[in-house]
Amino acid sequence: MGNEAIALGAIKAGVRVVCGYPGTPSTEVLETVAKNNDGSIYVEWSVNEKTAMEVAAGAAYSGARTMVTMKQVGLNVASDPLMSLAYIGVKGGMVLVVADDPGPLSSQTEQDTRHFAKFSNLPVLDPSTPEEAYAMIQAAFALSEKVGLPVILRPTTRVCHACASIDVDDNREEHIPSGFEKDSRWVIFPRLSYKKHIEIEKLQTVLAETFSESPFNRVSGKGSLGIAGSGIAWAYAQDVIRDLDLDVKTFKVGTPYPFPEKLAESFLEGLEAVLVLEELDPVIEEALLEIAGKNGLKVTISGKKDGTTPYAGEYSYELVRKAIAEFTGRSDPEVPETTIPPLPARPPVLCAGCPHRASFYAVKKAMKGRKAVFTGDIGCYTLGNAKPLNMVDTCLCMGASVSVAQGIKRVEPDTRLFAFIGDSTFFHTGIPGVINAVYNQTDIVLVVLDNSTTAMTGHQPHPGTGRTMMGSVSEKIDIAGLLKSIGVKWVRKINPFDQKAAISAVKEASEVKGVSAIIFEAPCIALIKKPEAFSVDSDKCRACGLCIREIGCPSMFLIDDGKVQIEPSTCYACGLCGSICPFGAIGGMNHEN
Amino acid sequence: MKTDVLIAGVGGQGQVLASRLIGAAAILEGYAVRTGETIGMSQRGGSVVSHVRIGGESLAATVPFGQADLLIGFELCEAVRNLKRLSKKGRLIVNTQRINPVTVSLGMEQYDAGAMEETLKRAAQDAIFLDGYSLAREAGSVKAVNVVLLGTAVGAGYLPLSRESFLQAIRDILPQKLHDLNFAAFDKGYELGNRAVEDKTAQIK
Repeated sequence: MGNEAIALGAIKAGVRVVCGYPGTPSTEVLETVAKNNDGSIYVEWSVNEKTAMEVAAGAAYSGARTMVTMKQVGLNVASDPLMSLAYIGVKGGMVLVVADDPGPLSSQTEQDTRHFAKFSNLPVLDPSTPEEAYAMIQAAFALSEKVGLPVILRPTTRVCHACASIDVDDNREEHIPSGFEKDSRWVIFPRLSYKKHIEIEKLQTVLAETFSESPFNRVSGKGSLGIAGSGIAWAYAQDVIRDLDLDVKTFKVGTPYPFPEKLAESFLEGLEAVLVLEELDPVIEEALLEIAGKNGLKVTISGKKDGTTPYAGEYSYELVRKAIAEFTGRSDPEVPETTIPPLPARPPVLCAGCPHRASFYAVKKAMKGRKAVFTGDIGCYTLGNAKPLNMVDTCLCMGASVSVAQGIKRVEPDTRLFAFIGDSTFFHTGIPGVINAVYNQTDIVLVVLDNSTTAMTGHQPHPGTGRTMMGSVSEKIDIAGLLKSIGVKWVRKINPFDQKAAISAVKEASEVKGVSAIIFEAPCIALIKKPEAFSVDSDKCRACGLCIREIGCPSMFLIDDGKVQIEPSTCYACGLCGSICPFGAIGGMNHEN
Repeated sequence: MKTDVLIAGVGGQGQVLASRLIGAAAILEGYAVRTGETIGMSQRGGSVVSHVRIGGESLAATVPFGQADLLIGFELCEAVRNLKRLSKKGRLIVNTQRINPVTVSLGMEQYDAGAMEETLKRAAQDAIFLDGYSLAREAGSVKAVNVVLLGTAVGAGYLPLSRESFLQAIRDILPQKLHDLNFAAFDKGYELGNRAVEDKTAQIK
């Protein structure tokens, strides 16, 4: 997998400290380092991306090679240290692996990290394949140490989650950290910033020249038509150029910033028209337009800005082939027609037995007929928005459930506000919002969905789990205790599968002045041994369908006579359906069938 | 020989492991291989598809429309959903198991299994339909349906890789306590695949 290749490349490059926060499509990078750790690398899932970057920065100040991993929106959280680090710089090589998600397949935004590279004046490498990612991560460490700046590696989903055959070199480079040396260079002050700003801007020109010689940027072929590209779009373009047997000049850009200007000039020389193929924003396209303008070249550059290729969504072989066929005046080979009948959509859902379903259902029942708004957050429980639960009214970004609820309450004082947040997200950025609500005396109900893990990204430990990535046991941070200590007076811990207790607690919490908090505690089903499934007594089932309509459990199906059946291989015997059935037709192991 | 394979199913059915096993078996036989997965939110019961490209020169892991040599459908509807990637000469292996999306259970959408099967039968000359769920249960666990289907593909000669390479891949990738279950599941599928092709050959004669 591309992410594994990045991890193995970092280990080979002698990385000493690796920090990150899980997020698709970046998660497996850090996990692979941990799996292959001989004990000489310090690996942690940090509480959030900002913390991760700062921990890594401290290690890099001390001369260690460090890597930070996150998804694109994670860099928004870490953008504060990022911007200043570009001024302060590092001693040990520091590489930020920030995975972008065109599509988006699993994200809130389709933002392009190459802009962050430009914005912060940090070099960025953009791999097209797992093999290239393996080479680039190693080069990134060397470059970072050479220029004394963090370097960004920006793979995208199709590179992160693609596997390829790679020869891995087990010879690890030895980089012994020299230790932290006290120096005024580590303390950012306006005067230092001014001086550093001048230096960084000068460095951009030097880097652009260095990158013109980089093996990651290549010009080949000849003719009057040119195709430039990067990332996975470049891989598709290479496949199309081969499949259509085209003779064109090509420019593969592996370092979109600082842009390899000299090499670009040699690419543009003699060209009449250029097609740029890159996912997300027109970074290469704009750079080429700028160079063409600066040099007064008469060359047509098409891409996103003239509507040839789209800004939004991920690219495909077909999209790239169509664009290249049109650009070169070839006919686009037809895709054979396949007529298929209408198919039901299959969106992701909360798993059968997921405790979040019970938590949402309890709040829904308790607030039935009352005016209430449910703010949601980022995690598996965002899926609570789907029918029939319909329990997520807002979702913005990590931690926002808690603060958005306060704003709505300020405008709608008569509405009851419930902020749903998962345990990992609570630690990530939820806590400041709670402090804000307590201190400003805002009436909201905080609902912490504590399933003892970071579920959506594949069950990473967090401060509430008692485990660390170094394999050690750590004292759990107690969410209830933490809430009490910051002044939340009404705090209850409840098992959401005890629906009666859960519903009555929700009602009580909604009447409390100020912040009240319910912590729904039940582990993610992936953490427990699967118990014997529930089953339906078909004699008692009256085919009313209430169980399915109320909770939409994916293990429950209607059979021909309208009665309900439970798929035994996926049912976790949570019992929620049993508590809903008015006829006592659903039950567990000792249930008569 | 270049072989493009597509594995389509419902998140949680073990597609990622299946594509890993094909990849590992292909590497054991000296092929270059690329795979691409759906990882993330869709893994929670959504539509997922894995691409496996054995041999060939492509840099991208995604199999283009109309180019898959083999489509392994882990679930009926998901097999149909990905038919557009199957080549006109492509082959099909379909687990006839039906997994209703929640939208169907709620009566918001229809699941027309009859029309889906018809479409699949028209789409490929070489097609094997099997009840992989029952075979996996016979082998010891319904979770092993992924390996049953790989066994069918190899037994039918739809994958250019040997049974031995797959058994080795299972040994290399899975923990030891799961070896016997998966060997049994693979062989259940393998025998069925073998028989299906023999029957067909007999019919033609």
